[in-house]
Amino acid sequence: MKMAVQENNKRGSRNRGLSGLAWLSLALLISWLILPLIPLALWSVSRSWFFPDILPSSYSLRAWNYVFSTTSEVLPALGQTALIALGATCISVVIGIPAGRALGLYQFRGKAIIEILILAPMIVPGIAVALGLHVVFLKLGLAGSAIGVMIVHLIPTLPYMALVMSGVFSNYDPDAEAQARSLGAGPFQTFYYVTLPAILPGLLIGSLFTFLVSWSQYILTLLIGGGRVVTLPLLLFNFASAGRNDITGAISMIYILPGVLLLLVAARHLTGRNSNLEGMHRI
Amino acid sequence: MLEHLTKYYSGSETPAVDNVSLEVESGSLTALLGPSACGKSTILKMIAGLLTPTSGDIRFSDISVLKQPPQSRDAVMVFQDHLLFPYMSVGENVGFGLKMRGRPKAETTRAVGKILELVQLNGLDHRKPSQLSGGQQQRVALARALILRPRILLLDEPFSNLDESLRLEMQTLLKSLHEEMKTTMLFVTHDQEEAIALADKIALLLSGQLRQYDIPQNLYNRPKDRDVAKFFGAQNFIPGRIVSGKFCCPFGQIALPENAPADGKFLTIRPEHIVIGSEATSENSFPATVISKKFLGSQTRLKLSVAEQEISALLSPNTAEPLQSGMDVIVHFPRQSLWILP
Repeated sequence: MKMAVQENNKRGSRNRGLSGLAWLSLALLISWLILPLIPLALWSVSRSWFFPDILPSSYSLRAWNYVFSTTSEVLPALGQTALIALGATCISVVIGIPAGRALGLYQFRGKAIIEILILAPMIVPGIAVALGLHVVFLKLGLAGSAIGVMIVHLIPTLPYMALVMSGVFSNYDPDAEAQARSLGAGPFQTFYYVTLPAILPGLLIGSLFTFLVSWSQYILTLLIGGGRVVTLPLLLFNFASAGRNDITGAISMIYILPGVLLLLVAARHLTGRNSNLEGMHRI
Repeated sequence: MLEHLTKYYSGSETPAVDNVSLEVESGSLTALLGPSACGKSTILKMIAGLLTPTSGDIRFSDISVLKQPPQSRDAVMVFQDHLLFPYMSVGENVGFGLKMRGRPKAETTRAVGKILELVQLNGLDHRKPSQLSGGQQQRVALARALILRPRILLLDEPFSNLDESLRLEMQTLLKSLHEEMKTTMLFVTHDQEEAIALADKIALLLSGQLRQYDIPQNLYNRPKDRDVAKFFGAQNFIPGRIVSGKFCCPFGQIALPENAPADGKFLTIRPEHIVIGSEATSENSFPATVISKKFLGSQTRLKLSVAEQEISALLSPNTAEPLQSGMDVIVHFPRQSLWILP
């Protein structure tokens, strides 16, 4: 409760006016995140745009027509990317909740080693692991399949999820579960009515990260997918290296869409509940 | 009913709960009293099914409940922290148990209204727990457990986070709830006054062992051994032995009450039962010297020397007024206030 009050106070003062530093950081944020997107947006609707001109000399929706046409690979790739990202997120959630709980709540022998091992994929380049995994996946018949790509995406996503969840659980009082059990709730009811609501904000943030990390994988998809699993980043790279700036621009617009949408949704749902996210500082 | 209940925590050599057997009468309010970390909460959690005992048995009406998971034991626990579910309203919190049991909504709503009235929180069902005061939160926690009319209500120091006056208020409430609902209650506390004020019977636990299980008066006036006596504030232990019904010690012979144990090595008298006079009036009176005097507010503590033995006495400030350290006085040990310890 105290936290919430403090949060409200903080927000209240922010509303009264931004300090110079806040304006500066806002300006930097905009120039870093939004400005680079403007040329891409312009490219997507240009017919011709030559060097010294600041704006394209003529416009057309050619690129967008291509993107949405049945002959292009863009829409199937969009579906493929979303499916893989969703799958990787679901698997991360299922593994990340118990893993985070163990790390955040319990003391056990070898905990430090396990913490380092979980962080390892963030330290060791994923590509090194993926090269090794590729051989295994070939034998298992997973190379070149969407499932294989989904699994290899867990290399970068799982550490995120486990860390976020361990932060969430380190602020969690398991006595609440004991209380629920004692009041007559079964294990599943306890999870649904007591644990889940308590960890939900952190879980959403973790899922969001996981989804976006998987969404933006290029190297791992290329290595394990072997070109047969085509996701948006692969397509984007193809068009960019082929010099089709207009189509690159259009795909980019689609590509950044989930990130922006998820961020807006998350921002809406998580403001004012920041106290639940304290655990995030552990990252 | 607990039988030879023992619990070792993993990695610990000494048991947290050591061979405790205890029979709690149905409908009674029993206190599990002991200093912190004496295993009282562990016992409660084992009864609730939240911990598994290393050995021993727990039986409700002669049927072992050891194999039953917590949700079907009908032994509901109230924790020191109210542990209200923060994202549920007061009404939802109180109705939680009934909802888990799949009772119809209308019935739950009615029961919630009734129980909230009983804990004097009527009309607060739509508040969030965070909008309540500490005492109100603990009352919601009580209501949430009582609404289930459990076979036994387990209270783990439920009021120790509250301030003094609120604690007294809650004790009164609990006592009246117990009288109203006749729920069997087992109450953990480290506060002997709270135990004496509330409980029909007190089970005193010291380092995992049950030392005495009796009505409050007997724990206070007829302790089983020196540890029990010390826990209840006894300070005077005079060594000696019993010879033909009298206690022989450095003071001389002391007459004992008829019901005193027939054998023992120590005589004890509570500091507040000692009487100070100026001349020997009756039996059990001995010359003494005042060593020191300390004003404690409602009482004054005197240290006396009786035949080289140091004795502690508590007097009312008025009685103690004329006494000075170094003065020679007569101490009188009223026969009915004496007790013999092994």
